[in-house]
Amino acid sequence: MSDQAAAFKHRINTALGDEQAHSNFRSAMSMLMEKRAAQFPDEDELLEKRQRANAIRAHALRNLPQLLEQLEQQLINNGIQVHWARDGAEANAIIHQLLEAAGAKSVVKGKSMVSEEIDLNHYLQQHGIEILESDLGEFIIQLAHETPSHIVMPAIHKTKQDIAELFHKHFPELPYSEDVDEMTQQARQILRDRFRQADAGISGVNFMVAETGTLCLVENEGNGRMSTTVPPLHIAVTGIEKVVEKLTDVPPLLDLLTKSATGQPITTYFNMISHPRQAGELDGPEAVHLVLLDNGRSHIKRDEVLLDTLRCIRCGSCINHCPVYVQVGGHAYGTVYPGPIGTVLEPMRLGIDQIGTLTSACSLCGACAQVCPVQIPLPKLINRLRADSVSHQNHSGVKGEGSLRKQAEVLSWKGWRWLYSSPLRYRLFSKLATRLRGLTPSSIGGWSRYRTVTKPAPRPLSELIKEAGFDHE
Amino acid sequence: MPTHPDEIYFMGTCLVDLFYPQAGLAGMKLIQGAGVRVIYPKDQGCCGQPAFNSGYREEALEVARSQMRCFPHEIPIVVPSGSCAGMVIHHWPELFAGETDEKQAIAVSRRTVELTQFLVDQLNLQLEDLGEPTEIAVHTSCSCRNELKVEDRIESLLSQLNQVTVLEQPRKAECCGFGGSFAIKQPEISGAMVQDKTDALHSTGATRVVSQDCGCLMNIGGALEKQQRTMQPQHIAEFLLERTHE
Amino acid sequence: MSSARETIFQALRATSTPATRDIPPQVDRQEWGQSEKVERLTQQMSAVHAEVHHLADGDWIGWVNRELPQRGLSRLLAGGEVAQQLKQRCASSIELKHYQQPIEQWKSTLFNEVDVGITSTRGAIAHSGSLALWATIEEPRLLSLVPPVHIALLHANQIHENFEQMVVNEQWQQQMPTNTLLISGPSKTADIQQVLAYGVHGPKELIVLILEDA
Repeated sequence: MSDQAAAFKHRINTALGDEQAHSNFRSAMSMLMEKRAAQFPDEDELLEKRQRANAIRAHALRNLPQLLEQLEQQLINNGIQVHWARDGAEANAIIHQLLEAAGAKSVVKGKSMVSEEIDLNHYLQQHGIEILESDLGEFIIQLAHETPSHIVMPAIHKTKQDIAELFHKHFPELPYSEDVDEMTQQARQILRDRFRQADAGISGVNFMVAETGTLCLVENEGNGRMSTTVPPLHIAVTGIEKVVEKLTDVPPLLDLLTKSATGQPITTYFNMISHPRQAGELDGPEAVHLVLLDNGRSHIKRDEVLLDTLRCIRCGSCINHCPVYVQVGGHAYGTVYPGPIGTVLEPMRLGIDQIGTLTSACSLCGACAQVCPVQIPLPKLINRLRADSVSHQNHSGVKGEGSLRKQAEVLSWKGWRWLYSSPLRYRLFSKLATRLRGLTPSSIGGWSRYRTVTKPAPRPLSELIKEAGFDHE
Repeated sequence: MPTHPDEIYFMGTCLVDLFYPQAGLAGMKLIQGAGVRVIYPKDQGCCGQPAFNSGYREEALEVARSQMRCFPHEIPIVVPSGSCAGMVIHHWPELFAGETDEKQAIAVSRRTVELTQFLVDQLNLQLEDLGEPTEIAVHTSCSCRNELKVEDRIESLLSQLNQVTVLEQPRKAECCGFGGSFAIKQPEISGAMVQDKTDALHSTGATRVVSQDCGCLMNIGGALEKQQRTMQPQHIAEFLLERTHE
Repeated sequence: MSSARETIFQALRATSTPATRDIPPQVDRQEWGQSEKVERLTQQMSAVHAEVHHLADGDWIGWVNRELPQRGLSRLLAGGEVAQQLKQRCASSIELKHYQQPIEQWKSTLFNEVDVGITSTRGAIAHSGSLALWATIEEPRLLSLVPPVHIALLHANQIHENFEQMVVNEQWQQQMPTNTLLISGPSKTADIQQVLAYGVHGPKELIVLILEDA
C-alpha cells in the first residue's frame, strides 16, 4: 500500500472508531437533508432553477478572461484595489504586505475556504500578525487547533460539551456553561472587543459581479459584516472562478446557495460591497483590496470535463448528501475540502500522487449530483480521476497522473478483459465457476469481514434459458 | 422506443448470469408472459462496468465492445439491473467517444432500458397478486434512483399487489455501500454503510427485501447472512413472478 | 501590471472561447399583490425570529415611544431623516443619539452605549423575507449592525416579490452604493451542535415596522 493510501486508511479507521463523531455527523446530515428538501417542494421547478444556475456559472466560465478584466476595471473604478496571485504563497505574501503597509497587527477574519486553502492563518501568525477567526464555528476550530470538518459548518463534529470545555480552557474568567445560548453570548462578548480594536478585516467572497464591481458575502452571524465594516482596512481573498457577469445573475445563485446549503430561504445577511468608504460616509473601511487566486484553477479550466468543478458555489450540499461523508466525517479526507467536491478538487489541486486515493472512497451512488445546485456531474468527474490515477498515457494534465497504477492491479484487469472479451472463454469460465461453486473461497479480503461470500449458482443463466425455451441467438 | 415491442433482447448481466440466474429467468418470463418474444444472445457477457468504475477504460472498452456486438438488431435491450443499464445508457457514449463504433454505441445506449422501467412504461404490465399477505422492504438501487431516475417504477409494480405491504425503512434513499470496486478498496467504509443499511431494513420487521439490482442484493444479502438475520434478499423480477404465478 | 496577472490571463485566454449569453428566464414569479407581499414577508420574517408590526405611516414614533421604555431600552441611535423626525417627537425617557460623526471618533460609545439602532429601508423582498438597506451618509452601515436591537422602518408599497425583481425593477446595476445589504432576521448561528442561537455578533433582535399609507 502506498503511503497516501495507508495514511488515508488510518484516518478512515480513526473516524469509524469514533462513535460520538459518527452520531454527530449522522444527525446533522439528516437534519440538513430534511431542511433542504423542505425548501424545494416542487421538483420540476427545482430542476429549472438548477439548469438556470448551471447556465449562469457556465457562461461566466466560458467568458472568464473577459469577465475578470471587466471586474478588475469596475473594481478599480469603484476604488477597490485588485491583486493577482498564481498560488497560495503569492496570495499570502500579498496579504501580508498589505497588512504591513497599513501597520496592521491584529486582524479579524470572516469565514473563507480559500483562506483555508492557502493556509493564511499560519502564514500570518508566523509573520507576527494576530489573526482571529470570527465565525463562531471557525473560532471554535481555531481555539481547538483543528481544521474545519465541513465547508459550511466547520465545527459540526464537536458536541456542546466539547465546546464548553474549550471555552473554559481558553477563557477561564467566564463561567462554565453547556447552554448553547449562553456560550453564544460568551463568544459575542469575546469577539466584540476584537472587532472594535482590529486593524484589518479579512473575508472571502461568495460571488463577484463583473458588471458592477461588487463583492457579495453570504452569512448568518454578522461577523462578516463586522470584519468588512469596522476595521479601517478590508482585504477580500477568493478564487478567480467566483465571478458572474451581471448583477441579475446573483439572485438565482443566492437562492439556490442558501437553500441547498442549510435549507434556509436566505441567510440573515447578504452583504454586497462595491466601494471603500466614500467621501462623507461615516463608517466602512477606507481601503478595500481584493486578492484573486488562481492556484490551479486556470489549469483545471483547460480540461473540458473537469472544468465543470469550477461552477461550484461551495454550498456543501454534495457533502451533506454523501453516504461516505456521513460515515467518516470531514477530517478523514485529510484535505481542506471534504466530501464529493473535495474528492474532485483536492487531487487536482494537490496531485493524484499526493491524495488521489480519495477517489476510491466513493460508491458512485450519485446522490451528490442530484442535489448539486449547479449540476456538477460529480460521480462522472470522480470516475474520470480514477482513470487518470491508473492511466499509462499521461495526457490528462492532472498532476500525478498514473501514479496509482499498480502492476498487480493492471494484470488482474488485463486478465478480466481476456476472459470477458471472448464469448468462448467467458462461457467456459461461467461453466467452471458454477460447477466448482463448492470451491468458492469463504474469505475475500475486506468484503467477507462484513458479508458472507455469495457462491455462484449451480448453473448460469446462459444454460438455464435453453431449457426454459427462450431464443438464444 | 416503441411501446409494447414484438421482441426484445435480454441483457442478463454477468452478475445475474453467474450468481442470480433465477432473477434473469424471472425477468424474461414476465416479459414473455406479456406476449413479447425474448431473445437472449448467447455470446453476451459483461457491460464493462467493473473496469470502467475502476479507471481501466481500455479494458472496459474492449469488453463493452464484445458485449455490444451481441445486440445488433434495432430492438429494445432490457437489463434486469439498474447499474448495468446505467452503464450502457449513460457511460457507453462516454467510453466509446472518439472510437470508430461510437455511433453504434450511442444507438445501442438509446434502445437500452432497465427492467422495471420497461415493465411499467412499455408493457404497462398488469399484475394479479396470488400470494399470501406479506410485508416486504424495498431497496432501490442508486443507479435506478440517481442515474436513471426510474426509482418509482418498482413501487408502481408493487402497488398492484394487493396482499403485499411495503414497509419503509429510515433513510431509504441512502446507498447500501456496494459500489463495485469501492467495496473492495474501501471495505471499512462500505462495511459501515451496509451495516447502517441492513439495520434500517431490519428495523422494518419485514422478512424480505427486494431490489432492482443484484449488486445491491449481493451486498445487502451477504451482510444479512453474516449478521445471521433472517431477512431474505430477492430480485424484484423473481418476487413479481412468484406473486403472480401459482 | 504584475506577472502573476499576465500568467493567469494567458492561461485563461488559451482555453476560452467567448460565448454569447444564453440563460433561461426566471421560473418562480408569483405575481403577488401588495397585501400578499406584506403577508408573505411577515410570515417569512416571523419564521426566522424577527418581530413584525403593521402600523399606519404616522404611528411609528408613537410605537417607539411606547415600546422602548416598556422593554427597558432607552439609548436609541438614528441617522438622517429618521433622526430628525425622532428629535421632534421622541419621548423624554428615550436618549436619542444621532449618528453623525465618523466611527473612529466614537467607536467605544457605539459599541457599548447604544441599545437600539433604528433605520429606514430601501424596500423589502417578500419571497425570502428580507429587508434591503443601502448604506448612505445619513444612515451608515454599522447603524443596523452594532446595537443589540435593530428597528427597521419599511413602507408597505416598497416590497418586491423577489430579489431578482427588485434588482431589475430598480435597475440596481446602474448605481450600486458602497454597501447594499439584505437583512433577513436577527443575527444567528447554529455552529454549536446545530442548535439555533440568536444574536451572536449582530443584533439579537430585529423589529420590522411595516408602515401602511393611511
